[in-house]
Parts: sequence; structure tokens; C-alpha cells
Amino acid sequence: MNAPVEEVKRESRAQMPARKISLPETTKAPLASRAGARFLLAVPVATGIALAVHFWASKNQPAPETHSYTSFLWIILSASIVAAAAQFAWSYLRRWMQQMAPIIAAAIVLLTIWEAVTSGFRWLPMPYFPGPAGVLQSLIDDRAVLFDSTWHSLLLLLSGYFLGVCIALVTGVCIGWFAPARYWGMPILKIIGPIPATAWVPLAMVVAPSAMFSAVGLIALAVWFPVTMLTASGISNTRASYLDVARTLGASRAYLIFRVAIPAAMPNIFIGLFMGLGASFLTLVVAETVGVKSGLGWYVSWAQGWAEYGKVYAALVIMAVFFSTIMTVLFKVRDRVLVWQKGVIKW
Amino acid sequence: MVTASSNRVTAEGSALLVQNVSKSFPAADNSQASTLALDDASLSVAPGELVSLVGPSGCGKSTLLRLIAGLTAPDSGELSVDAEPISEPCAERGLVFQDPNLFPWLSVRKNIQSGLVARGVLHEKKHEVDEFMRLVGLETFADAYPHHLSGGMAQRVALARALINHPKVLLLDEPLGALDAFTRMRMQDEVLRLWKSRGTTILLVTHDIDEAIYMSDRIVIMTARPGRIERTISVTLDRPRQRNSPEFLQLRGQILEILHFAGASVGAAEE
Repeated sequence: MNAPVEEVKRESRAQMPARKISLPETTKAPLASRAGARFLLAVPVATGIALAVHFWASKNQPAPETHSYTSFLWIILSASIVAAAAQFAWSYLRRWMQQMAPIIAAAIVLLTIWEAVTSGFRWLPMPYFPGPAGVLQSLIDDRAVLFDSTWHSLLLLLSGYFLGVCIALVTGVCIGWFAPARYWGMPILKIIGPIPATAWVPLAMVVAPSAMFSAVGLIALAVWFPVTMLTASGISNTRASYLDVARTLGASRAYLIFRVAIPAAMPNIFIGLFMGLGASFLTLVVAETVGVKSGLGWYVSWAQGWAEYGKVYAALVIMAVFFSTIMTVLFKVRDRVLVWQKGVIKW
Repeated sequence: MVTASSNRVTAEGSALLVQNVSKSFPAADNSQASTLALDDASLSVAPGELVSLVGPSGCGKSTLLRLIAGLTAPDSGELSVDAEPISEPCAERGLVFQDPNLFPWLSVRKNIQSGLVARGVLHEKKHEVDEFMRLVGLETFADAYPHHLSGGMAQRVALARALINHPKVLLLDEPLGALDAFTRMRMQDEVLRLWKSRGTTILLVTHDIDEAIYMSDRIVIMTARPGRIERTISVTLDRPRQRNSPEFLQLRGQILEILHFAGASVGAAEE
């Protein structure tokens, strides 16, 4: 037997880690030490400026509202100083800081500009544009309601999303694989699919027994279209040679569908899942704004009704974190499922 | 090695019979017109024989292979394995393409065992997976994914995947065509070794006349438009064959002449 070892491509997994480790030590090391002071100082300096601006701006604000934000900035300042000291001993932290310090510093600078424009110079009409201190205070004051709203949004989103995905996978595989299903299914898909799910809100309110029920249905519908479309195209574009090979290996029709066509369509299916997720966020917020009496969408319109704009922004912050986290989870699942693909986009 | 290489008695191969088979395909631009890919082809292969199909592109050699695999049906004529007519693809006739066509979502091990999974016999035959990985020398790459493999390794996985079903007929459609010259020569020896140890009937489609002479018992020469079997040549040289022996080169000249590629130096092939 000829040793197959020398045939391994240079990019093989076995050699990758070695190369990755060797890079920073040899070529990158001098660069890192020159830039060292900059990445260590970025966050503390930015936070220091933020504190200065905050003290100046908060002179004309009620005391309790500024207290949390002051502590928040002090915590970041001390954490960044501690981290700057600790990174000399802990190389993992050092690498993380080199990566993240500029981003964190930029975020703090943005907060500072926000504060200067709103509470500082008062360039924006006041009740509608609170400063970061006010938003943070609302976040802390109303945390119980916000947590409850997030929980309800999560339940509603997940039930709608999973219902939509399950139906879409079945319809997508049928339309992609079976010619009669494609003949009859595609026109329906082409006509119903492009209508935004939110356009069905009036009908859903009349037909469904409860607002919750109609919201789940609308989210499912919003997810169903992109997932079905991409699953069907992925299945029908399965490379014919994979199917030929499988057939000469003795594959049944079930094997061809579940073990060849569906895995081959997986990259496409995930694109559909991402598009569906975006559509489901939109539909969720709309459904909560117009019908459902809970959730983050409901909270935003409720807070707006009381002209508590700090709470509106607090809910937006929570939404950003909430949706981004769900997106990240889906990316992680994708990376796990599509580990066989090379060069998948990182989130 | 699974079986002793001298033991040809336990041959797994089957006799293959192709009788007056024709196949035409509709032309791409015009549904009325059609191209005759294979015109009245007849071929008989003995159990355990290694036969090469050689010819220019468009001579219908791949079509013939797909017909034998059962992936397409002939317009007329009959195909049979051990007197049983071929109607649809089946694990007894393994097929390896020029592109290894490994399932990219499966690791090397899972690719090799996919034939067992497809036939629902993975549980009884699990031990064979390791045997076949050793047979093609890929034990250390069991968990690698296909995109980590070189062309030669991927093609060996494809061979192991076809062989694990113990096919009676192995159909090879230019399996070494995409490999570099050195890997290709080494792989030719590997295919020969597998063939000797198992006694499978092999039908090898190739562009490479040297490969055909080096490997096969018989060479079927085909010509294009319409695809026809022009002539069959027996190769009686002893194995292992010398690629530069006078007999080898003489056969080579003879085949080139039949295909009208001999050129001026070999002789007046053209009338």
C-alpha cells in the first residue's frame, strides 16, 4: 500500500492549527507590541472621556436618573484597567482584547456623542430623545416587565417559527422532489408567497379565535415562504451525479430523498431559515403592536402611549440583543450542521 | 488484503451480455432531431474479465456504461447480467465516475459505508467498513471530509464505496482521468490489485490508450457519430506489463491506426 500521507493537501486540517499558532508568534509579534499601548488604552481613555462628558451633562439632570449610568461607566473603566493588567499574564485575554478593544471603545464614544447631543447640548427635542443615562435607568426600573415581555416574545416567536419551518420543510421537499407537487404547488407559492405576512393582519384578526393564535399563524406564514422556496430549489438542484451514484449503491427512494437530496440542499435550506428568521422578527413586532397584548412589540407601543421614551429605547436595546442572540444561535447551528462545507461565513 | 491475491476461484464477477443495443438522445436545440449515441452495440464480457472501452468523445462509451448500470434505458436491444435482464440500477453493478462524486456532507468512513446504509445491511456488515478503508489505504482519514482529500485519495474512497457492495460488475467511467500522470499510474496498479484479489468483472471506460493496454484483457475500440463498436482487441501480454516493451508499443500503434490518429510516422492509416 502506498502511504497516502504525502497526498494530503496543504490545507489539510492537521496542518491548520500549527500554522495559525505560528503566525502571531513570528510575524505578528513585533506589530502587536508596537500597537500594544494603543489597544490597552483605547477603552479606559474612551470611558474616561465618557465620564467627563457625563458629569458635565448631568449637572442639569435629576440625580437618581444619572446614578446608574455613572456606576455603569465606572464599572467599565475599572474592568478595562483590570483587564489591561491581567492580559500580561493571560494570553487568551490579550488576544481577545486586541480583537475587541477598538469595537468597545468605539461603542463608548458613540454613547458619549449621544449623551452630548441629547442631555448635554439638548439639540434634540427632549421627551422624544432621552440620553443614555435615562434609557439605562428605564431599563433597570422596568426590568420585570421587560423580562416578562421578552419571555412572551420568545415563546411567540419560537412557536411561530418552528411551526412555519416544519410545514415549509415538508412542502419544500415535496415541491422540489415530486413533479406533480411542483406543478400544483409552484403557482400557489408564487402567488401567496410574496405577499408580506403582515398584510394578512386584518384577515387573521377576523378568522383566528385569539390574537395569540393569529400571531403564531402569521409568523409561521412569514417563515414558510422563504424556507419552502429555498428548500424546493435546493432539492431540485441536487447534483444528478450524487443521485446516480446513490442509485448504483442500491439506494431506495427514501434514501435518495432523506440521505442525498436533503443533505445536498442543506446550505440552501439554511439561507431560507435565515431569511425566514428576519421575516419572523418583523411579523412578531407587528403582530404584538396591533393585536397581542404582551411582548416587546406591545411594550414599545404601550410605553409610547405614556410618552415614556426612555422605555421605548430600553425595549429597542433589549430587542437588539434578543434578535441578535437568536441569529447567533442559528449561525451556530448552521456551523454545526454544515461543518463539511469549506469557507462558511462567520457571524 | 481481504482475499489472497492468487485465489481467483472465489471470483465475484458475473458474465455481462449486451445485444444489439441502440440509444439516441434528443438534440439540445431541437426536440425533433436526435443524436444516435449508440448504434447497434453488442458486447459479451466473461466473468472476472477486465475490458476497456476506448474511443474519442461522443463515441457512446459513457452511454453504454450508463445503460449497463441501469441509469438509462435503451431504445432497442437487450442487456443482461448472468442472463438476468437489466432494468434499473442496483448494487450489483457499481459505478465510479471520473469525478469521485463523494457525498461532501459525509466523512470518508460514512461515504464508504453509504452503500451498506442504502441497502439496510450496515448492522451486519459494519466490520467490512474498516476492511475496505484499509484496502484503499485510508484508515487514518476515516473522519476527514471529502474537501480535505486530494484527487487520488477521493477516487480511492469512491472505489471503496463501490466495492463494499461486492458488485458483480464494476463500471469505471474514466475513474483516473482527472489525476496527474504519476498518481494515475499508481492507481492503475491499485485497481489491478483490487481486481485480482476479488475477481470482479470490470468494464473500464478510458481516453488513455496506454491505460487500456496496461490494464485490460480486451480492448473494445469505439468510433463516434454514430457511436459504434469498431473492433475488439485481445491483450495477451503477461502482467505486470512493461509500458515500454515492443509488444506494448506495437499494440498502441495498432489501436491508434484503427482510430485514425496514427499520423504519418506509423503508416498509411488514411486511404
